[in-house]
Amino acid sequence: MKITLKVWRQKDSKSKGEFKTYEHSHVSPDMSFLEMLDVLNTELIKKKEEPISFDHDCREGICGMCSLYINGHPHGPLQTTTCQLHMRSFSDGETITIEPWRAKAFPVIKDLVVDRSAFDRIQQAGGYVNVNTGGVPDGNAIPIPKMIADEAFDAATCIGCGACVAACKNASAMLFVGAKVSQFALLPQGKVEAKQRVEKMVAQMDAEGFGACTNTYACEAECPKGIKITNIARMNREYLGAMLTSYKVEVGGGE
Amino acid sequence: MVNSINTAQYYTMKWFLDLFSSSLGKKLLMSLTGIFLILFLTVHLAGNLQLLKGDGGKSFNIYAEFMGTNPLIQFVSKGNFALILVHIIWAIMLTIKNRESRGAKGYAITNKKSTWASRNMAFLGFLILIFIVIHIQNFYYKAHFGTLPMQVYDGTEIKDLYTEVAFIFSQWWYVAIYTVCMIGLAFHLWHGFTSAFQTLGLNHMKYNPVISFIGKAYAVIVPALFAYIPVKMFFFS
Ligand code: HEM
Ligand code: FES
Repeated sequence: MKITLKVWRQKDSKSKGEFKTYEHSHVSPDMSFLEMLDVLNTELIKKKEEPISFDHDCREGICGMCSLYINGHPHGPLQTTTCQLHMRSFSDGETITIEPWRAKAFPVIKDLVVDRSAFDRIQQAGGYVNVNTGGVPDGNAIPIPKMIADEAFDAATCIGCGACVAACKNASAMLFVGAKVSQFALLPQGKVEAKQRVEKMVAQMDAEGFGACTNTYACEAECPKGIKITNIARMNREYLGAMLTSYKVEVGGGE
Repeated sequence: MVNSINTAQYYTMKWFLDLFSSSLGKKLLMSLTGIFLILFLTVHLAGNLQLLKGDGGKSFNIYAEFMGTNPLIQFVSKGNFALILVHIIWAIMLTIKNRESRGAKGYAITNKKSTWASRNMAFLGFLILIFIVIHIQNFYYKAHFGTLPMQVYDGTEIKDLYTEVAFIFSQWWYVAIYTVCMIGLAFHLWHGFTSAFQTLGLNHMKYNPVISFIGKAYAVIVPALFAYIPVKMFFFS
């Protein structure tokens, strides 16, 4: 296969950046998209040119590290991660445009690499359960209906890649936060801290500068893990309930 | 000593301000005011339909007089104005925030996987706003503060709003603006009706089909009936 690539090149976060065009003639339909870029980079290095920077890690669709906005879609034309996208999804002679995720909260670091640490900070704000030390409780001692367990697991499959933010016209992170809130809120272990969790995560999400959902559902359509917008609705009810009823304690211990 | 900042937070209901300044809280206001406006439209339409009764405007005038003088209705009407304002102001705040969040640099290519209406709520809302302004100037202002001819029904003299409406609806350009804005309203509600429930967190497999059906039906039928009135009065009177 022969393809033409239009790639966003940007030296660092402060430079302006621009598209550069590359003719790529060593492409096999069985290559993954990232392998195709690896081959191009090897050629660039041989020519003593700066290789294209892009994020990746597991290359098996589970870590959420790969990104790339390909021909107008996060992770390209299929609903999968870029690392699981193969060149057979494109046609011979096609021009492929590759851009970084665009969002104020995801600044470009270099070329196609963006800083997604905003997601980490949202997780650190409350996306966990506190587990005390002690004996391991018997898993079967806490009955959880199968449907609820499945729903929580579906939410937990979110790999935090940021495709939802990239796809959203408002750069809203609500599908991500909705999934992270839901995976705990549905389960007994997560219910204990559910209220403070959703309050803190939403506050952090707003502080990071993500937009507000206008229910266009572009995120759901593009999510490589098929996370459902029911998770956003759940976050909305959890948040409203928490804000209206969560515990406030008078600190300071009195006078 | 009690920490002064915490004391302030404790007594000032800071959490309440936090709620409505958060992204989710702002959306909540959009949704609640939107649903109220939907209820308002229903009542408003029921009143307007009396224009078509063919009794020379008698029932419409009596209805308008009742709405214009009943203290409870007047109270709800003032509240309605306030809620429209909240809906508009929060819509502007959210739209600005969302534009900012997208960042200065846009995509070269975008392939949107979402409906047109859902992406253009601000534009559609703006269309409705233009309509509301013209509308208030023509009808509400005239009926309340302007001078209208009087009509006597069963011994009482009341304002003849019907004649004014019939006059305005005899101008083709007014009927055209009215119809275009109603199409805008239809698209706003096509997305907005179901969207409001999602925002409230009311997304449930058992009820989604019902909400969606009622929402789509409302979005088509109500604006269509609103627009039918001036069109009919223009062509048949
Ligand atoms: C009678 C008139 C109106 C009705 C019945 C109405 C109804 C609604 C409803 C039900 C929603 C959905 C709320 C949600 O998604 O949670 C909505 C959203 C919206 N409305 Fe209106 N609206 C009206 C007028 C306006 C006006 C005059 C404007 C602007 C000038 C406006 C701007 C918006 C915007 C921007 C949204 C999207 C907000 C968001 O999702 O973040 N609307 N409207
Ligand atoms: S590289 Fe890990 S998900 Fe793509």
